[in-house]
Amino acid sequence: MTTRRARVLTLVALIVGALITLFPYYWLAVMASNTTADIYATPPRLTFGGHLFANIGEVFAKIDFFGSLLNTLIVAVVTTLLVLFFDSLAAFTFAKYDFPGSSVLFGILLATFVVPTQLSAIPQFTLMANFGWVGDLKALIIPAAANAFGIFWMRQYARGAIPDELLEAARMDGAGFFRTYLSVGLPVLRPALAFLGIFTFVNAWNDYLWPLVVLIDSNHVTLQVALSQLQGVYVKDYSVVMAGTLVAIVPLIIVFLFGARHFIRNIAAGALKG
Amino acid sequence: MTAILPAETAGARRAPVRHTADGRRKRWRYLPQYLAVAPFFVLFAIFGVYPVLYSLYLALQRWDGVGPMKFVGLENFAFLLSDTTFWDSIGNTLIIWVMSTVPMTALALLIAVGLNSSVRYKGVLRVAYFLPNVTSIVAMSLVFGSIFSDEFGILNWFLGLFGIGNVDWLSDPWAIRGAISVMIIWRWTGYNAIIFLAGLQALPPDVFEAARIDGAGPVQTFFRITLPLLRPVLLFSVVMSAINGLQIFTESQVLLGNRGGPGGAGMTMVLYFYNTAFADNDFGYGAAIAWGIFVVVVLFSILNWRLVMRPERGQVQTKGAGR
Repeated sequence: MTTRRARVLTLVALIVGALITLFPYYWLAVMASNTTADIYATPPRLTFGGHLFANIGEVFAKIDFFGSLLNTLIVAVVTTLLVLFFDSLAAFTFAKYDFPGSSVLFGILLATFVVPTQLSAIPQFTLMANFGWVGDLKALIIPAAANAFGIFWMRQYARGAIPDELLEAARMDGAGFFRTYLSVGLPVLRPALAFLGIFTFVNAWNDYLWPLVVLIDSNHVTLQVALSQLQGVYVKDYSVVMAGTLVAIVPLIIVFLFGARHFIRNIAAGALKG
Repeated sequence: MTAILPAETAGARRAPVRHTADGRRKRWRYLPQYLAVAPFFVLFAIFGVYPVLYSLYLALQRWDGVGPMKFVGLENFAFLLSDTTFWDSIGNTLIIWVMSTVPMTALALLIAVGLNSSVRYKGVLRVAYFLPNVTSIVAMSLVFGSIFSDEFGILNWFLGLFGIGNVDWLSDPWAIRGAISVMIIWRWTGYNAIIFLAGLQALPPDVFEAARIDGAGPVQTFFRITLPLLRPVLLFSVVMSAINGLQIFTESQVLLGNRGGPGGAGMTMVLYFYNTAFADNDFGYGAAIAWGIFVVVVLFSILNWRLVMRPERGQVQTKGAGR
């Protein structure tokens, strides 16, 4: 019937749209696995070639790509762990405890959302210079170790998810504040931690402007900065640049696919509530 | 709690202690809570509050970041107002924002409506559409750079198959803005489609049932019912895209370099800030540009806020009139 035909047409349109969306990834893989001459040929070669590992090898040989991969991994993992700990602890406290000034403090926290990043970029840079952190991964990790978005988002979650009776029971059993957070708060918050973890990891992995500013002339660049430098080193050798690009995004895509459904649902829910 | 004897006895036993050290106990009682929320506030004071105040001070200086500072008063701000590059960068940013937001919203709506109908493979499709949003902008700017490449780009080769001549994607001013817009559309369409989809799924099904009984076709239903009901979600998406759109930096910088390409057509506000502060080491003027951007963002937010608020007030009024 017509509704069935409409359904098939819709599906076909959606699949075509998805293929167009995914095409840049396919093209990236094609470029990374061919020689530059193949890509520049007319007509260009549109299928995978056999040079992927040779190209990746060249990337690793010419610049310290493995080092920047490691730097990025360190920054992303450490930042994520710190954010999960500090944000969940603060969120748990704001959600479940009334203490003098708590609503004022939470109001200040919300107000920090409107402070634009450019305003603080130059002074932060001079601050890092004073600390001796320019060119050091600490410059990326420490300022990002706790953030307002995560606390706000997780507090919304914690308010509904942690029943007061559970806290009361923990108190009756003689658990102190921190003990209650560990044994009651954290287990209940696990789904929210998973989302915030992937979110933080993805952002830390992809961050560009700040790493570019504080790491540019050091031996400790992150992948994103290394990529932009790679482009300068191999002006005309696209295949090698693309091999590096592929290496830079694959770990992240794996992390994302790992929790994609959960992640997407939370993004949408946050938008509707906010 | 007088009914519970053990608690009462416990209270009685503790009473003397509480009496002597009442003030001190109260003061320390909430220490764990303060310690728990402290990390964020300490970090924000050091890396948020102090820098913002200091950037106001910096904006009144001339400083290359190494030598001595020279106080110049409001000179930087006076220059900012007459700086054509700054005004052009505002123009470029707004042009790119409009060029990307309009098609992006339309496409996202189409995809959301499609995903909301009873098609198969919804889960896989959602992931496919969302993937660009989490992929590094630097990496994908490089990929798009080769796709858009003037001479050897696959896009120009593809267009050539249809007899369309070479477009100078990375040198013609409007083609540059178009190329950046395409990258933004590619990145954010799936994200917005997911948001719209969640909005669609939250709509009451009986409204659509009623529309069908009244004989409304799918197009009529979409424009008369779906769109008006989706209004809050649409506004959220426009506000978000404005916030993100005013911050465009990476696409321009990776694709075109610090000067925003030939003619500076891809010079956005944040790129101009980066270029002045960290490429030219003009920290004082860079701070002034940052404040200029801040003012633009605030004005834009007020505009957005009014757009969001006014229709709602109108809705309340019609509701009242109907009664």
